[in-house]
Order: sequence, then C-alpha cells, then structure tokens
Amino acid sequence: MGEVIVITSGKGGVGKTTNSANIGTGLAIAKKRVVLLDMDIGLRNLDVMLGLENRIVYNLVDVVEGICRYKQSLIRDKRFGDLYLLPAAQTRDKDAVSPEQMRKLCSILKEEFDYVIIDCPAGIEQGFKNAIAGADRAIIVTTPEISAVRDADRIIGLLEANELNNPMLILNRLRLDMVKRGDMMTVEDVKDILSIDVLGVVPDDEVIVVSTNKGEPAVTNLNSRAGRAFNNIVNRILGQKIEIMDFNRTDNFFTAIKNFFKLKKS
Amino acid sequence: MLKNVLNNLSNLFKGSGNSGNIAKSRLKLVLVHDRADCQGDIIEALKNDIIQVIKKYVELDGELNIEISNKFDSDSKNDAAVSVLCANIPIKKMRKVSVN
Repeated sequence: MGEVIVITSGKGGVGKTTNSANIGTGLAIAKKRVVLLDMDIGLRNLDVMLGLENRIVYNLVDVVEGICRYKQSLIRDKRFGDLYLLPAAQTRDKDAVSPEQMRKLCSILKEEFDYVIIDCPAGIEQGFKNAIAGADRAIIVTTPEISAVRDADRIIGLLEANELNNPMLILNRLRLDMVKRGDMMTVEDVKDILSIDVLGVVPDDEVIVVSTNKGEPAVTNLNSRAGRAFNNIVNRILGQKIEIMDFNRTDNFFTAIKNFFKLKKS
Repeated sequence: MLKNVLNNLSNLFKGSGNSGNIAKSRLKLVLVHDRADCQGDIIEALKNDIIQVIKKYVELDGELNIEISNKFDSDSKNDAAVSVLCANIPIKKMRKVSVN
C-alpha cells in the first residue's frame, strides 16, 4: 500500500510543480514506484518540467470520465525507472473532476505505486479541494516572502479542517546572501511563524531554470545546491534523518561592520 | 575576490539590512487578523457549550461574553502571537449542587 502526498502552497509561482517533479524523480531514482499526478487542470505544466509533453495521449479527466483506463493515460519516464506521469487536461477546467472521484482514483493508484505525488493548483477553490481529497499527507511549499508565508498559513488551516494533519514545509528559493545581510526572513523565522516541521530548504539556484529549460529535474544533478537540497528532501521522505543545512543569519565581518553603523545611527 | 568585497561593500550601503525583521513582524500582525477571522461559527458553538456547562453550577446574571483575542506572548522567547480565549461570566449566585 503506497502513500498519497499532495504538494500545495496557496500562492502561485512558489515552486509547487518544480518540487513535485524533483521529489517524484528523486523517489524514482531511489527505486520507488512513483506516479506524478498533475491536478492543475487547464494550466498543466508538470509534463514540460519532466520533458514528457510530446507523449501525452490521455489525461486525468479522460480517466475520471471513463474514456480510457488509467493505465493507458500513464506516461512512463524511461530515464528514471518506475516514474510515471498522469497528466492534467489542458482544455477543461477544475470542475471537470470531483473530490469523490479523486479519492477513488488515489485509492486505486496507491495499490499500484509506492508514492502518488499530487501537484496541486494554486488557490483554495475547487482545484485545491480535488487535489487534497485523496491525500494521506501534505507538503506545503513556500518562499521566504510575506505573501507566500501568509498563504501557506491559510493552507495549513484548510488542511487541518480537512483532517490532513501535520503537513511539512519546504522553504523554497532561499537567498543565503540576503538572509546573511538581514534582508530576508530566515528558516527559523518562517518555522516559528507557521509552527510546522521543516522537510527541507531549497536555496535559490540558477540550475532550476536551466533544468526546467531542458526538461531534466535538478535532483538528477547532485553537483548543484538545489539538486542536493531536493535529494535531501527525498531521503527525509524515505525516513532518513538528515539535518537541515544551517541557513541562518551568521555574523560575518561585513554584517558586523553594518551592525556597528546601525548602532551609531540609532 | 575583489568583486566579492565590492559586492559586500555595496550591500553595506544599499539594503536596509533589516527588512527581514520588518517582514517578520508585519507577517505576524497580518496572521493575527487572518487567524482570528475564520472562527465565527466555532466561537458561537463554543459559547453555547460553555453556557450549558456553567449553568449546571452557576446562575448567570445577564449575557455571557466570550471572545478570542490575539496577544503577543511576552513570556515566550520567540514572542509568537498566541490566541487567548476570554470569557466574561457574570454570576448571580452559585447553585446548590451535590457533587458525587
């Protein structure tokens, strides 16, 4: 019996799809049977992240409406063992499926796979409700910005109301240089505010753009900082105890001087 | 190397170097409002339940006033916002009940 994990955020553009693609790929590299479920009906992108956009025949809505069997809709990513994508429909909208249908589909999929990773659409409307309906646990992606953290807090509340307790947090796109000079919230700041366990911290890294351009998830490149961060996240999901890298403000020579000037000013 | 030094020097005069903390405190304040907002029905139900329990032991004098407010907890080290349930219960007299 597998596990259904929904990856959600509330706010758009914080990296849900990138995280879904990397976590799914990482788990497949770790020899798990994985299916990635794109729930962003009408605005699908998980296919391009994985470089599988040319191979789509059937989609999620076709499966739910009984036009095809679910196995016909799965696209296998041959590069990474047992990694499959169940793509979203591009020309339909979020109302095309219901939470009840999703619960049913998830229960079928987790018989077959070790992990069902659901890429949730932005927002808290129908698409969100569908995406979380069949989930066993949730991962919330946020960035260290007020708007993203605020939306994450709202999502935590909504998940609890739907009995999805103890979600884990991925803090995405952390800029170490900005944290160091005090111009970005730290991992601890976000953790305190949301009172939630941190599953991982992904530093802001150009590699993400390059890997998205090529359709190769960054987790395949362990020479990159983001790739290593995703790999750590995958290993934590698999139950390994790996310390979160220390991204907190550390006083270096320059912040010391800066603080000195600030003191003088005030 | 030189570039790094120059970058750091320019950062010294550019960013406020404190906007992270500004973000944190603004965010806390926003969340206090957000979190308090979505509890309307629950507070009403909670109030009714509390009244039922209290009435067993106490004769109430007028309306029971109950609200959830948010305070910044000065005792906790991370000065996180905490929600406090305040109930204002006007008592007329205690009921004579046998506790067994």
